[in-house]
Amino acid sequence: MSEKTTQVASKTPSAEDVALIKKFLNDTTLFLGPDPEIMQNHDLMPRSAEEDAAMKGISDAHTVAKIRDRIQAGCDEGYEMVEQMGAAPGAKWGDIITGVYSASGDLAIASAGGVLIFSALVHHPIKFIIKNWVNEPTVGVREGDGFIHNDSRYGNVHNTDQSMILPIFHKGKLVCWVASTVHEGENGAIEPGGMPSMAESPSDEGLKMCPFKVVENYQIKRDILTFLQNSVREPKLQYEDMKVKLFACLRIKQRIEETLNTDGPSALIATLRTTMENVRAEVKRRVSEWPDMTVRTYIIQDSTLRENCVVKINCKLTKTGDRLIFDFRGSSPEFTNRATNTIVAGLKGMLAQVFLCYVWPDLPRGQAAFAPIEVITDPHSIVNCSYDAPNSQSLMSIFTGFTAGQHAVAKFLYSCPEKYTKVHAPTFNMINTFIWGGVSQHGETLGNLCADLNGMGGGARADLDGEHALAPIFATMADIGEQELNEEDVPFLQLVSKKMTRDAIAPGKYRGGQGYTMIVATKDSEQWGFMTTAQGAKIPPIQGLFGGYACGCYPLSKVKGVDVYDVLQNDPSKFKHSIEEIMNERPFEGASYSTYHMGMGFEISKRGELFMISQGAGAGYGDLLERDPAGVIRDIEEGLISQGVAERLYKVKFDPVTLAINQEATAAARDEERKARIARSVPYAEFIKTWNKPTPPSHLQYFGCWGDDVTKLYMGSADKFRDASTPRPNYMTHPKDVRIAELEARLAALGAMGGEKQ
Amino acid sequence: MKVLMTEYLRIDLETENWECRVCDHVIGSAKKSYKEGLLVNNRDPREIHPPILDPEKYRFTFSPDPEWVRILEFCCPSCGTQVETEYAIPGHPPLYDMEPDLPALKAQWAKRGEQKTPVVGPAVAADKGHGH
Ligand SMILES: [Zn+2]
Repeated sequence: MSEKTTQVASKTPSAEDVALIKKFLNDTTLFLGPDPEIMQNHDLMPRSAEEDAAMKGISDAHTVAKIRDRIQAGCDEGYEMVEQMGAAPGAKWGDIITGVYSASGDLAIASAGGVLIFSALVHHPIKFIIKNWVNEPTVGVREGDGFIHNDSRYGNVHNTDQSMILPIFHKGKLVCWVASTVHEGENGAIEPGGMPSMAESPSDEGLKMCPFKVVENYQIKRDILTFLQNSVREPKLQYEDMKVKLFACLRIKQRIEETLNTDGPSALIATLRTTMENVRAEVKRRVSEWPDMTVRTYIIQDSTLRENCVVKINCKLTKTGDRLIFDFRGSSPEFTNRATNTIVAGLKGMLAQVFLCYVWPDLPRGQAAFAPIEVITDPHSIVNCSYDAPNSQSLMSIFTGFTAGQHAVAKFLYSCPEKYTKVHAPTFNMINTFIWGGVSQHGETLGNLCADLNGMGGGARADLDGEHALAPIFATMADIGEQELNEEDVPFLQLVSKKMTRDAIAPGKYRGGQGYTMIVATKDSEQWGFMTTAQGAKIPPIQGLFGGYACGCYPLSKVKGVDVYDVLQNDPSKFKHSIEEIMNERPFEGASYSTYHMGMGFEISKRGELFMISQGAGAGYGDLLERDPAGVIRDIEEGLISQGVAERLYKVKFDPVTLAINQEATAAARDEERKARIARSVPYAEFIKTWNKPTPPSHLQYFGCWGDDVTKLYMGSADKFRDASTPRPNYMTHPKDVRIAELEARLAALGAMGGEKQ
Repeated sequence: MKVLMTEYLRIDLETENWECRVCDHVIGSAKKSYKEGLLVNNRDPREIHPPILDPEKYRFTFSPDPEWVRILEFCCPSCGTQVETEYAIPGHPPLYDMEPDLPALKAQWAKRGEQKTPVVGPAVAADKGHGH
């Protein structure tokens, strides 16, 4: 990155002066914050002299392939260790990764399983260590050292994810790094579980570990460990998983040393660098096969997790030759006191998953696959937030950013003859699950989540329906876990678990894969609660593809004033196994039934009260009138869609008892519907005359650009905005204050304020 | 030569027009958004995503809020095929979603030769496992 120059009237300092000023500033740096030079860059580091020399020495592709496979196997072995031994629920279900990084800090080879997003993001803290600690006399980087990190402002997604980073030496010389990363959950934030939506500043978000040394001579330093344990709700988990990650790194180190002993350091260095450079070159070649085009899309976040509002993620994707440029300008400004912001590296890490998981899954997993792809954002926007903005719920913005990317990419891929996967409608993108915490039936203090977040519905493909409850968009090979195992440790049951939610559909020629219902109730603790952190209760968080529809919306439902365990004991026939029946039939006398958006702050639950949510559907593909009638009937048989909805939407005619299809009547009904479409629709030019409005609607709190003008970012209303390139604070009022003001206004209108002094 | 751009759209490189792949209708100039040649319907999202919870009783029902989002349905004026949907904030101008570079497209396809059917991509086949 170049030195910033400011034009001033006075004389320009000489090169000597500049060097002196730079030395002075370096010597007197008061705080080593996140380094923009590291954090804004996702490309590979330049090839070093050592790498260059090593690559010249190795001309044999077989040697490179052999070493790469050995290192890959070592990473997979480390991954298995963390998955088997890790204490965090995230570890058990694959929310982890292990990898080997070049001496300059680039991730060259990552484990085949796990959360691939880390692969694009853990290089930042390593580069911070290289830049700041190697030559720092009070720190240093030596054989036997290990560094910990979780503050996403220095790299990675959010601060529930902790990394253990080890330098690997050969004969006293640093040859590479290994790292292991786990979604640990608990981190001492204002709410349990590590992803507080209540955080209004980074200070509410718990432990913020910039990269520092916690291991010396391969031993965890007990004083620092104790401090970390003392800072979180799960001290045992903190210790156990630090050990697990350390030993996984040591196993990978052992595999690297075996390679160093048989093939020497040059062969290893050459393999790591060659792998990255080859992938980078191959990505540019593949991109060049796409059509030169600009594709525009936007995805709406309908809440900040604290209040409903309209938050735009704007995406323009341009491909020219072998360049691919994601332009997210026009997306919402950052929220000063809401946690849904992301640092730009998080967005890039998630965009990398579009390619590594959904477009080119054959490429070696590592940093290189996204290295040549460019990303543009506005400063201090929700997808490139500042140091002072909270980001513990960055998933909301990186997931909707991912979907914008996935949606745009599909429109490039259709015409491209060279395909490595099928064209794919957007996958569901929200972590519809329960985050939980409190004191368990065993007296343990816990804070974590149900792995059901991994059950996102898959998007439909060019010739296939989407898969139900398939995988999270950030880890295609993660599991949803066994609820029964979970229940041994936690004091609640999922009374309904993994039952598909009927009529929560994403129709199309090929329909999206659907999500399932979760109904939980606390049983054996008086100190236990839940939170949910998802958007999409008012506006779907995805778009459909080529005439297919997106999913619908997914609210939170609660039933209070009931102990459902008493009901199950005394009158079990009253219990119903769907949200639809429980909420509409209201089978429990005296109970209260209510609905909410999916941003429920941590709430203590009472025994037997119901909290009910559903996982979401991936998007549909193509015109639903082209759907095979047999597929519609199969969906009815499988309880995915009700008969009435199927007939009304898909225009399939069938016998309601036998479900036998009347093919002629179906064809006729569909022809009629096509004619009806033409009749009820209007020409585009005419439509936009009445539809298009110059500013966002006054009844919505709207954030981001409106239409094509990406230079003006609205901040809540048509008359409040900022220049895209000029950051301004963007504060939200506490939802309770908003509600109090509403109610006080009503009281005042009624003259019922009782003469209260102001 | 014609390039298959989406499930329902193709571009005729000679005439530089968008065409409907279902009925061969010429939709309009490929130098403009294909949407300009289609018909639009402003759909209440509750009709596609039906309320699962009783809307008389509850604020949130599993349906999108029709005051917050609409579904713009774009169909071919000739055959009525639904070519595209756009979930849009009320009043937000429809997106110019696909803006191809025609000279570049011509150059690219000159080297390839026409494809009458789209390439679907590889199927994921079940692993038969290891056997002797
Ligand atoms: Zn047509």
